[in-house]
Amino acid sequence: MAKVSMTVNGAAASGEVEGRTLLVEFLRGPLGLTGTHVGCDTSQCGACVVHVNGEAVKACTMFAAEADGAEVRTIEGMANADGSLGVIQQAFQDHHGLQCGFCTPGMVMSAAALLKDNPKPTEAEVRKYLEGNICRCTGYHNIVKAIMAASGQDVSAIAAE
Amino acid sequence: MPKDHGIGASPKRREDVRFLTGRGKYTDDIALQRQTHAVFARSQVANGRIVNIDTTKAEAMPGVLAVFTGADFADVGGNPAGWLINSRDGEPMKEPKRPVLAHGKVRHVGDAYAAVIAETAEQARDAVEAIEAEIEELPAVTDMKAAVAGGALVHDEIGTNVCFDWGWIEDNRAATDAAIKAAPHVFTLELVNNRLVPNAMEPRASIGDYDPGTGDYTLYTTSQNPHLTRLLISAFVLGIPENKLRVIAPDVGGGFGSKIYHYGEEALVLAAAKKLGRPVRWTASRSESFLTDAHGRDHVTKIELACEEDGTFVAFRTETYANVGAYLSNFSTATPTFLHGTLMAGNYKVPNVYVNVKAVFTNTAPVDAYRGAGRPEATFSIERIIDMAARKLGIDPVEIRRRNFVQPDQFPFTSAAGLQYDTGNYDALMDKLGDLADLSGFEARRAASAAKGKLRGLGVNSYIEACGIAPSNLVGVLGSRVGLYDAATVRVNATGNISVMVGAHSHGQGHETAFPQVVADMLGIDESSIEIVHGDSSKIPFGMGTYGSRSLAVCGSAVVRATDKIIAKARKIAAHMLEASDADIEFKDGKFSVAGTDRSVGFGEVALKAYIPHNFPIEDIEPGLEETAFYDPANFTYPAGAYACEVEVDPETGVVSVERFTAVDDFGNVINPMIVAGQVHGGLAQGIGQALFEGCTYDENGQILSASYMDYTMPRADDVPFYTVDHSCQTPCTHNPLGVKGCGEAGAIGSPPTIVNAVVDALQRGGMSHVTHIDMPLTPARVWAAMQG
Ligand code: FES
Ligand code: FES
Repeated sequence: MAKVSMTVNGAAASGEVEGRTLLVEFLRGPLGLTGTHVGCDTSQCGACVVHVNGEAVKACTMFAAEADGAEVRTIEGMANADGSLGVIQQAFQDHHGLQCGFCTPGMVMSAAALLKDNPKPTEAEVRKYLEGNICRCTGYHNIVKAIMAASGQDVSAIAAE
Repeated sequence: MPKDHGIGASPKRREDVRFLTGRGKYTDDIALQRQTHAVFARSQVANGRIVNIDTTKAEAMPGVLAVFTGADFADVGGNPAGWLINSRDGEPMKEPKRPVLAHGKVRHVGDAYAAVIAETAEQARDAVEAIEAEIEELPAVTDMKAAVAGGALVHDEIGTNVCFDWGWIEDNRAATDAAIKAAPHVFTLELVNNRLVPNAMEPRASIGDYDPGTGDYTLYTTSQNPHLTRLLISAFVLGIPENKLRVIAPDVGGGFGSKIYHYGEEALVLAAAKKLGRPVRWTASRSESFLTDAHGRDHVTKIELACEEDGTFVAFRTETYANVGAYLSNFSTATPTFLHGTLMAGNYKVPNVYVNVKAVFTNTAPVDAYRGAGRPEATFSIERIIDMAARKLGIDPVEIRRRNFVQPDQFPFTSAAGLQYDTGNYDALMDKLGDLADLSGFEARRAASAAKGKLRGLGVNSYIEACGIAPSNLVGVLGSRVGLYDAATVRVNATGNISVMVGAHSHGQGHETAFPQVVADMLGIDESSIEIVHGDSSKIPFGMGTYGSRSLAVCGSAVVRATDKIIAKARKIAAHMLEASDADIEFKDGKFSVAGTDRSVGFGEVALKAYIPHNFPIEDIEPGLEETAFYDPANFTYPAGAYACEVEVDPETGVVSVERFTAVDDFGNVINPMIVAGQVHGGLAQGIGQALFEGCTYDENGQILSASYMDYTMPRADDVPFYTVDHSCQTPCTHNPLGVKGCGEAGAIGSPPTIVNAVVDALQRGGMSHVTHIDMPLTPARVWAAMQG
């Protein structure tokens, strides 16, 4: 067991972990941040995406010990300071970009990382970027639409609700 | 003008806020005091005799609290099939026992034969490795035709791998044979409906808890139907009295059928919790999901279509082999029969239909209903062969369908496969499709694709499905062992807000938003004062859950009936308050008034009166304002649609890309158009997945070759286009109070044949007239091979 300390959503967090403990396990277990999900065991679904030092990372691909000293942001840290939904979160609700909600935290975290690097992505760029995030419910239509809307683009021409 | 509230509006989903902020509560998010962890030992061979399981070493491992094997459950019941099918000769189907843990034999890779409970999941995993299992590998059978022909036996005690050999409708067989013999054209197609893994993004998980003080059990589980799970565990598997077992299905991350069924892990965690006096939890890894969730589809079908010269359909005849896997999952026998054979007339007035289905045991994971369940298989067979017939007869594919559609004035229409369709207008759907998909502009788009060196093809399709599953009387005659009603309780609280307890379960469908729209409209009050309660058997009335596009049609109807009762009682209370007779009371916009006067009381005042019944006619009216209704429909509902897809095929590589997809559906009345469109989008992606990417395969030894996202291709965002969906052609259901038909499965039913039709069209137009069919998934390798001839 080793001690790890990190900043999670702006607050100091620490705990004892085994060498094999994954970051996602540390977040979900000892820290109780269950918004970050686990949807696979081969690092392909993206349900576990968080930000580590500002970069999108699949939290199932990183040991907790590797995040020692890092700044970590999870879905629980994405709302505005007053508790209202952030721009991306609000766009997902406005455009029905989620159904069961299981992929959603990872989608929102990936979308935030995309928009940081590419503030006005095209449809093709959004779709390409989401390669590592699987959603089984939405058929992606409204996720792509929501992300484009969150970037300030007019999505009213995109078909259907 | 779109409505901004009530029926027909699209309010934002209220459940979204908790999901978007990481506050959803899925089963694996629940942590109980003193909880322990279960990990299962699973078979690595597809068929094997369990010679010995030595758990001594595992039991001595650090943190290990208990180890269970099949022997521990030898004396309890098995997980039953929910539907009895009789073979053509009248013999009942074969029903081998499905134990909690494999005992004596393992029958598919992943079949659990032991479980370790430990303080941590890691300790349990380590201890599973220390179990010494001597399992003698036996020859396995995975191919259905080989299984029927007398390969290795999956269940020795039944002496055959054929579960049943079913005919529908047996009495129509001779007439169908004769019609086919006499017809000028008969087309034949052999096709595979590929095996799929449902892949809800949340893996299955269960937590068992036992209170030694009260003797009460609680099961938290990823279920689409908590009461059904409770019933199965209580009545068939563990014998826990129903009133001592509470089943909670909290937030559930998608189901698509795979979470309808009861699985052995649920029984194990309950039994272990009792033995240890501590909560026992288990969460599947994705690999376990691939190995053990009920898979979908997996049919091999020969279909024949007999036509007149002008393309009039005379008969459909099919012979289908349906894989049920190693054990009968709860609805596995209904899916290839009554959810498939009964739909084999499609949207058509064809006079003769005969369906033969042989259900076959193999050494593979159980196969059961997956989004659409039987209806995608029926639609695929019908719509593929119609396309082939159109091509051979030189009739436009839209035109041949139109010539055979059941006409609007023929409803109610009894199909040659025995169902009575209540309403529909299939030409209207096709008209709408022509406009929205701009079918007349296809040629120009094809030329543009050709200029880029791509082969463009157009596929169309029409489908019908039977939803709102469904009338207990009917399904009872057909072999169902359960009723298929649903239930709702509307509780008006003293302060006027409302809790609606429903038997349906929402795992993505948005019930928490849509159901209040219905109640609010009926009561003339604000949606925000209505709360939906679901997923907890101790809070909700006995309902059958969510599958088969039934939530709104069946449970929503129960909500309407219960709300009607609320209004009726509130009217009496209002009459008393207004000193008028019941008959003179009008109810509108949340107000009860005496007809022709300005005297009125609001709904909230009536509610308060019901709970503070001072000056109350208690001899005539009970205090309180709470009503329950059970609703059992008179028939299935019959959504239908017309779909079009345009694909581009790269002639160099065989890569298919979906360029345009238009789905026009008749769902009857629509409560929340935004949610309905979302349901169609999701179904379309699953159908595109089936058509182009997804395929679960086993090798001849029964090893699963697609057990992770590395070898099972899920559709991703860049595999699909923006879809055009429409549900403005509405022929309301005639027998439920909302006139709704259900929308959850349509996309997955209508899209696979549309895509395959489009790819075949592209290749045909590209001069490859030898290509009449390609089996799904249409991977680049398969398309390329087909192009080579
Ligand atoms: S859980 Fe991390 S990618 Fe699937
Ligand atoms: S919303 Fe259910 S998996 Fe994406």
